[in-house]
Amino acid sequence: MRREAPQRLSDYGPLAFPAIMLTVFFVIPFGTMIAVSFFQRQQGGFYTPAFVFSNYERFLSLFFAHVLGFSLMLAVLVAVCCVCIGVPFTYLMTKMSRRAQIVWMVALLSVLSLSEVIIGFAWSTLLSRTAGITNLLVTLGLMEKAVALSPGFPAVLTAMVYQALPYTILVLYPALVRLDPTLTEAARTLGASPLRAFFTVVVPALRTTILATLIMVFIFALGSYLLPQILGRPQHWTLSVLITDQAIYQSNMPFAAAMAVFLVLVTLGMVALTLFAGRKREEST
Amino acid sequence: MKKLLNSSISRRAVLGGTAAAIGALSMPSILRAQDRSIKVGVYGGYFKDSFDKNIFPDFTAASGIAVESVAEPTGEAWLVQLEQAAKAGVAPADVSMMSQVAMLKGQSTDLWAPIDTSKIKNYDGLLEQFVNKYPDGRVAGIGAVAWYITLVTNTDSYPEAPDSWAALWDPANADKLGLLALVSNSFLLEVTAKTFMGGTNALDTEEGINKAFEKLAEVKPNVRLWYRDEAQFEQALKSGEIPMGQYYHDVTGLAAADGHPVRSTFPKEGGIQDSGCWALSRASDKVEEAHVFIDYMSQPEIQATLSRKVGTAPTLKRDLLDLTPEEFASVSSDIEPIIPRYDLYQTKSDWLNQKWTELIVG
Repeated sequence: MRREAPQRLSDYGPLAFPAIMLTVFFVIPFGTMIAVSFFQRQQGGFYTPAFVFSNYERFLSLFFAHVLGFSLMLAVLVAVCCVCIGVPFTYLMTKMSRRAQIVWMVALLSVLSLSEVIIGFAWSTLLSRTAGITNLLVTLGLMEKAVALSPGFPAVLTAMVYQALPYTILVLYPALVRLDPTLTEAARTLGASPLRAFFTVVVPALRTTILATLIMVFIFALGSYLLPQILGRPQHWTLSVLITDQAIYQSNMPFAAAMAVFLVLVTLGMVALTLFAGRKREEST
Repeated sequence: MKKLLNSSISRRAVLGGTAAAIGALSMPSILRAQDRSIKVGVYGGYFKDSFDKNIFPDFTAASGIAVESVAEPTGEAWLVQLEQAAKAGVAPADVSMMSQVAMLKGQSTDLWAPIDTSKIKNYDGLLEQFVNKYPDGRVAGIGAVAWYITLVTNTDSYPEAPDSWAALWDPANADKLGLLALVSNSFLLEVTAKTFMGGTNALDTEEGINKAFEKLAEVKPNVRLWYRDEAQFEQALKSGEIPMGQYYHDVTGLAAADGHPVRSTFPKEGGIQDSGCWALSRASDKVEEAHVFIDYMSQPEIQATLSRKVGTAPTLKRDLLDLTPEEFASVSSDIEPIIPRYDLYQTKSDWLNQKWTELIVG
């Protein structure tokens, strides 16, 4: 199939529908959110249209900086964990028979059908003292007595990686399947061990894909607000949790909007930085 | 049959025709109901289901007014919707069940139509805390349902029931408590004030509130879970994973009746009594029907039915009710309750919320 560049205005027709959708369901709501973030909060009431910076001022404190820092750190960690597990896993998966690949894919897709709530509750049971996996270890004689592994940071991280891993693999899979097998064969012929071939040939060849995956998982993890609540202590609550509190429980829309705008800006900034760094490295090699 | 299928009438048309026929058959009742009807907003889920099943059909039978129940979200989203609709002169529900803080916020914009108390026969029998008034004395809302948050324990972990909220501060309970996560739904400032500072009046001044926060900070090492989601704590309480905390008296009673090792105790300082009001939107034109509805709901028999079937605490004085001591104990207590300082959550909400968040997160 030969692709031609659009010649006339009507050639852009098929773009109209997605463009309208994007405007109606993204640009307008986002614009409203930015507008609301400058509105005046009426304590004990609602908000009135205005142009004030007080919502942003309230956010600029050590306390919120700390929460924002934690949220970013958590999201980066989830992204790195997912890629570290996802790349070798997907690589090995592509080496399997067609049948085995389908079984794995179905299993991974079924994880996607679980809601965040179910994932959270399942992990909190698995990590509990009364019914959790430590009881199994006690039965096997590996542990003295059952302990609670949740709430805590490892619990939050585990559940978030579990939730994001299927997405990671789905994004990596097409690139890895299309990876030219002769590349590794050449490396092996030249005497590299399978492990060495993986790190020196496969990983560098996938650099762009890996970077894109990192960014996707990072953004995905940044929006998580249920798992930190269910599996973490208050110090593990992300900024999204506090935004929810303000929007739903305090009906302080202007402040919630200001925090959300800030979060989006920081996210975009970090993505830009990552892409910039990626390009720099590409140029230097 | 085959002939019918082969005829020019498509299957879809047959289905549509059937639906229309069923609609026409049920039309008379709708028409009759349309003479007098009222839209009532009730918290979605358990409350709405219970009211639809146990209360509204009897009301329609008694008054001839059809009820269309509307599931309202908890939190303040419903207040925002009512407010914006009222500005446009529309009422998504005529009468709504509203939380106390939402009542106060609605008052600030005159959202609630004043209620004519002469049309509420049992007005004088209502407990004082269940009449919500504007500062100038007009009645904005009448108590709909009330419930208690009490001290709950797992009976396997605590063979002896604790008798005071002070148990939350006991160092022996380190990492064992489940408490509500928000200042405005846990009411722990009031609990602190009542337990250690002589009463909730201690929260009148900012200095008093700061003292209560300081005292409350001592609870932190004992807390394992700050929950927003009720199911999360209930499960942990039943299994003994988190053996003590604050929770709803009625639900804990139901769990105990199902054989779970849990109990709810009214501490000697009193349980926390929270409640919802019936309030009429100023945009509603069903003022007459709304009064009939609120009057009906405030009868002793209906309040007793609510206690028995829905598990809420009665809004009327106890001597008016025919509840047995056991029935009364399953929903309420004679110990004077801790009544939340709703006014603070209106006038100082942002400050309280910020201090609270910093306290538990920091």
